[in-house]
Amino acid sequence: MSVELDVFVGNTTIMDEEVYQLWLDGYTVNDAVKVRMEGGVMDECEASKDVLLSDTMDQYRTFQMCERLLHSPAKLANQLLFQIPPHRQIMLIERYYAFDDTFVREVLGKKLSKGTKKDLDDISAKTGVTLKSCRRQFDNFKRVFKVVEELKGPLVENIRQHFLLSDKLARDYAAIVFFANNRFETGKRKLQYLSFQDFAFCAGQLISNWTVGAVGEYNMVEDMDVDLDKEFLQELKELKILITDKDLLDQHKSLVCTALRGKTKVFPEMETSFKNLSRGLINIAAKLTNTKDVRDFFIDLVEKFIEPCRSDRWTAADMKLYLTHYTNSAHILDTFKHQVVWDRYMGVVKSCIFKMYHD
Amino acid sequence: MPGKLKAKIVAGRHLPVMDRASDLTDAFVEVKFGNTTFKTDVCPKSLNPQWNSEWFKFEVDDEDLQDEPLQITVLDHDTYSANDAIGKVYIDIDPLLYSEAASVISGWFPIYDTIHGIRGEINVIVKVELFNDLNRFRQSSCGVKFFCTTCIPQCYRATLVHGFVEELVVNEDPEYQWIDRIRTPRASNEARQRLISLMSGELQRKIGLKVLEMGGNAVVGYLQCFDLEGESGLVVRAIGTACTLDKLSSGSAPNTNTHMHPNTAPASNACNSPSKDGKESPLAHGCRSTHNSPVHSVCSSQRLSQNFSVSVPTLIFTGMGSGGSAGKEAGPLRTLLRQQTQTALEQREFPFFTLTSFPPGFLLHVGGVVSARSVKLLDRIHNPDEPETRDAWWEEIRQEIKSHARALGCHAVVGYSESTSICEEVCILSASGTAAILNPRYMREGCLDIGCTDHRFEDPSPPSCGFCHIPYDELNMPFPAQLTYCYHCRRQKVPDVLFTTIDLPSEAAVAGKGCLIQARLCRLKKKAQGETNATAISNLLPFMEYELHTQLMNKLKLRSMNALFGLHIQISVGENMLLGLASATGVYLTALPAPGGIQIAGKTPGDLSNEHISSIQKRINDTIAVNKELYQINPPELAEEGVGSPIPEPRHRSRLFRSHSESSDELSELDLSHGKKDAFVLEIDDTDAVEDIHSLLIDAPPPTGFYSCNTENMPGISNWTSGVQMFTSVRVLRLSNANLTNQGLNKIFTDLCENLLKSFYFKLRSMIPCCLCHLNFTVAVPEEELIQVTVTAVAMTYDKEQTQEKTAEKPVNKGSLEAEEQLQFPLELCADSSSSNIQTASKISGVAESTNISPRAASVDYGSFADRCSTWLELLRLKAHTIRRGSVKTISSLERCSPLQEGRSRSLRSSRSFGGSSVTVVKMTPLSFLPGIRIIKYLGIINMFFIRETTSLREEGGVSGFLHSFIAEVFAMVRAHVAALGGNAVVSYSMKECVFMENPNKNQAQCLINVSGDAVICISETDQESSASTANTGQTGGGGTDGAT
Repeated sequence: MSVELDVFVGNTTIMDEEVYQLWLDGYTVNDAVKVRMEGGVMDECEASKDVLLSDTMDQYRTFQMCERLLHSPAKLANQLLFQIPPHRQIMLIERYYAFDDTFVREVLGKKLSKGTKKDLDDISAKTGVTLKSCRRQFDNFKRVFKVVEELKGPLVENIRQHFLLSDKLARDYAAIVFFANNRFETGKRKLQYLSFQDFAFCAGQLISNWTVGAVGEYNMVEDMDVDLDKEFLQELKELKILITDKDLLDQHKSLVCTALRGKTKVFPEMETSFKNLSRGLINIAAKLTNTKDVRDFFIDLVEKFIEPCRSDRWTAADMKLYLTHYTNSAHILDTFKHQVVWDRYMGVVKSCIFKMYHD
Repeated sequence: MPGKLKAKIVAGRHLPVMDRASDLTDAFVEVKFGNTTFKTDVCPKSLNPQWNSEWFKFEVDDEDLQDEPLQITVLDHDTYSANDAIGKVYIDIDPLLYSEAASVISGWFPIYDTIHGIRGEINVIVKVELFNDLNRFRQSSCGVKFFCTTCIPQCYRATLVHGFVEELVVNEDPEYQWIDRIRTPRASNEARQRLISLMSGELQRKIGLKVLEMGGNAVVGYLQCFDLEGESGLVVRAIGTACTLDKLSSGSAPNTNTHMHPNTAPASNACNSPSKDGKESPLAHGCRSTHNSPVHSVCSSQRLSQNFSVSVPTLIFTGMGSGGSAGKEAGPLRTLLRQQTQTALEQREFPFFTLTSFPPGFLLHVGGVVSARSVKLLDRIHNPDEPETRDAWWEEIRQEIKSHARALGCHAVVGYSESTSICEEVCILSASGTAAILNPRYMREGCLDIGCTDHRFEDPSPPSCGFCHIPYDELNMPFPAQLTYCYHCRRQKVPDVLFTTIDLPSEAAVAGKGCLIQARLCRLKKKAQGETNATAISNLLPFMEYELHTQLMNKLKLRSMNALFGLHIQISVGENMLLGLASATGVYLTALPAPGGIQIAGKTPGDLSNEHISSIQKRINDTIAVNKELYQINPPELAEEGVGSPIPEPRHRSRLFRSHSESSDELSELDLSHGKKDAFVLEIDDTDAVEDIHSLLIDAPPPTGFYSCNTENMPGISNWTSGVQMFTSVRVLRLSNANLTNQGLNKIFTDLCENLLKSFYFKLRSMIPCCLCHLNFTVAVPEEELIQVTVTAVAMTYDKEQTQEKTAEKPVNKGSLEAEEQLQFPLELCADSSSSNIQTASKISGVAESTNISPRAASVDYGSFADRCSTWLELLRLKAHTIRRGSVKTISSLERCSPLQEGRSRSLRSSRSFGGSSVTVVKMTPLSFLPGIRIIKYLGIINMFFIRETTSLREEGGVSGFLHSFIAEVFAMVRAHVAALGGNAVVSYSMKECVFMENPNKNQAQCLINVSGDAVICISETDQESSASTANTGQTGGGGTDGAT
């Protein structure tokens, strides 16, 4: 005796958020039933295991049928097959496109290609995220990437409109797309301590300040938020004067040191490493015209700036203080004519370093 | 008289990719009506084609308009080979044929293919121009309204209830034609869908004609069924109740009834002529002798003669043609009979009503359930135009029902329904209803409008208990029953229990809440062929009915209740077993005596297992006590003690007759001889009996916060809140163990039903406190060793606080209160029995107003309306986006929407924080009402038939995946059709057929589904005014949008 067929269909599609999450997390039906039993849902309605199994199967089937629609969320609103209240639709989409920070950290900056997809089982084993869930997340990244690649206009807005995502999630996706497009290196051991949210913040900074779209005058250019502003990168070379002109370097140093003296315990270290640090930052800027060096942007920031400071035991406050004065002092230098570029560069670098300067 | 049908194909969307090379589709559309076909241009390389065709015009007879559906086929143009069909849409244009309903059908319809299911959508506009309006009622039955609802529809008033109408049409099943051997299953299934659509149209037209002959203008409680008789053909049959309905609206003149004389009856009567001969034969000489059924050989054995008597007023001993009408009721009865001869046509001798709830005052007395079954051997239908065999079969059954009703002293049968169960060439025909005496004034013309207040006082019984009073003669009872004086009025006799097929009358006085009661039974039978098989089945039937009734009775007692409503007994036949499922809603009627408990007895008084028996007895008594608490059954003690016994003597007598009138505590002390009444004492004489008792106790009560019933109204709950969830669930069980016993099977079957209920409770737990209403179980034995149970029901939330208050005072006050109310407003027939009886004039005019203002209120696409109101900025942005999109090369198949479509949906999202949807929300319910919502317009009947097949069962997720998506698709298509009619809800929805067949070895499956319901426009009762005006504005907006797309 066995149940051959068992279905339950509501006029309004019934979806349990907990089961949806289990499905998204790649649990098999049986595992999901186990989790639900442990969760104590059985006590709620005097349910038995069979009831739970039947319910879980029904819901899994529903989700599978919905998945096709979730790939282009706009369809969910005007399809006729499932009657789903709008707030539920939003929930379905938002959760479907949500991702694990541990997973995204592994693929951030990698090419969203078949090759990467093949490595997903390793990533799954490493992060503990089920392979099924990894695939969904990866495919989501790829899908969003493909769609926005073709679109003009602001990146975040495009993602938000096309996939009906919340602002927060749309921004995260923008970061992922941005990283994938520019292939930033994030996997090196020295960068391991950084979380996805650290990178997402930096991506946001880069998008809103260093891309073509950031300037504002080209409003409807393709890839305007994805590609860095080439002209700007070219102009960054001019900043080299700050380290190549010895007078300027000394002047800059003395201005900064005057401002910092007495305000921090690590002043002596700051003073001694000023030239090194300044050279580091400006060399990074000058090299950004090379795609290869763009990829290494974050690793360079860590190696050339963050690590030396950390070994000198700067606190985050020290860091803030130093960078603020470092940036502002350049304005006082009479012979330094590249204030606009300097601000555009340092504004981003400063906030990136602030974000990245932690354990 | 001709009419002009106009159709315009606007656009398509989400079409499937038909050309793998280009990943696109070159779609065009064929529009067919009758024998005329039009085609649109090919819209090349688009999955979202814009045809914007001209108006295709069909000039046709209105007879065809009623019979034929509009067929729309979407095809993919192929230069070199045959064009591939993408899918079809059948549009029933009947709703356009009566003036009050929809004026246009316009909207997105899912394109359906029997193999692939829904494949995109198509936007169609359909209109009908009928020439010569004055004449149109005479030539065809255009204009007769149909309602599935089994009560007088909201916003109508019945001026006259004419009575029973029935019709059937037969045809060969395309699936079994010789041509089927050479054509594909898909072509065959499409032929079936088309044929059934055609047949139901024809059937509806013929029924309509009968209604017009009777002088009515509507059919209420329209029940249409299919009998897939296999090789012997396809039968589509329908029954209903003809009425003259008046729309409740201020200033609308009552409908003029076209009086037609029986002599002028049109030719369609031909198929009924055979029944004319048999009709005159008096019922007095018992049914058995009169018939000469075409299946001569089995004639004697095939008839179910319920030759047994139980102390339940439900099974009637057929031979017992007792004196019939009781003296007391002779007056009204005679009036009615005279009435019938006046109004009903000659051949309509059946005083049957498919309605299950009635306007107050309509139902005078209820006798009990009458049912008849007959086993027939199917034979090929040789001449489809003369379906006399099938007609004669039903004729026979109806006669039997009628004679049963007579035996109960009743002149009418209400809550009447018919059904069949077919296995190979054996067919069980069943009919059941509730014998009743009706107030004749509803059958007389004109009497409703004038002087019905007088009629009111003809009947001395108060409405809260009047229907319980026995209609039969006390001294000449049709079955052994214990009568007592009514506990409410103390003036007339009532039985100790009452079984009915109707809904609980709204004026009835009840204590506590009701609950679903089911009796389930399996009986094995030997596999056999032909007559032997039919004989074996008909021999089993009486025992099954008896056992089902015993189970029902015991379960009723166990819940401490004394009446069943909505009783529906289904007996389903399979190759090697019979399944019986009886469902009803139990309730405690305060007019009836308190039920006695259940007494357990050993075979001999000093049985060895005495201890065992007493432990069982204790469990039973405990269960009764728990149930009393659970269903809050606290009958008013006052009724018994307080009123200083107005008629002492009969009361004393009643005590003697009733087995146990005391509370359950005293039960155990009662001695056996005293309590020895059939249904009360359970004798344990063998292990089977022990099993039976155990199974009695198995039925778990619903978890806290849940109630369940199978009727329209949940006894004891009326304060519904807005939460509504209609659902369909199907479960099929495979019995792997070949040598099962009856007991084992019973257990399996019972568990199957109980587990289903448990699943529902669990799934719907978020709706607590909630009630599952109209739980409709259907059982089938699709194959040997398979049991299929299909359930459709609706879960509705209610306000817990209010209920408790209400029930607390209900038992005491309700009866008298309601009687007063009715006297105050005797002129208004309340269409909705569920709502209160007070229907003030202001309320009515309110309805009228809103009706006038927004005739198509619900067609409003609120989403798009709001969207249109969004700022111009948004629009600009949208335009910019559209332009951008235009230049983009598209790769992913998901993104191939045309600019316009894309733009539209995009704007929806952005303007309403992505919550907006362009799809109208359509509510569905098997009930005739939606809580907190007022129906302002009935748009017509929805009656749809679909077949789905697959040859890749595994790939579609196995049988469950296949059926899950099919049911979801059926819902979607129903919703789309309702929305296209301008509606926003379906009431009285039912899934009448769900035939599932599979062949896992071949990776194939097939399923047929038939659904029906009433499409309506409804608006929220709370903000009636505001939404009506919004809706009106929205309508214009929506119309504009439609035009633009």
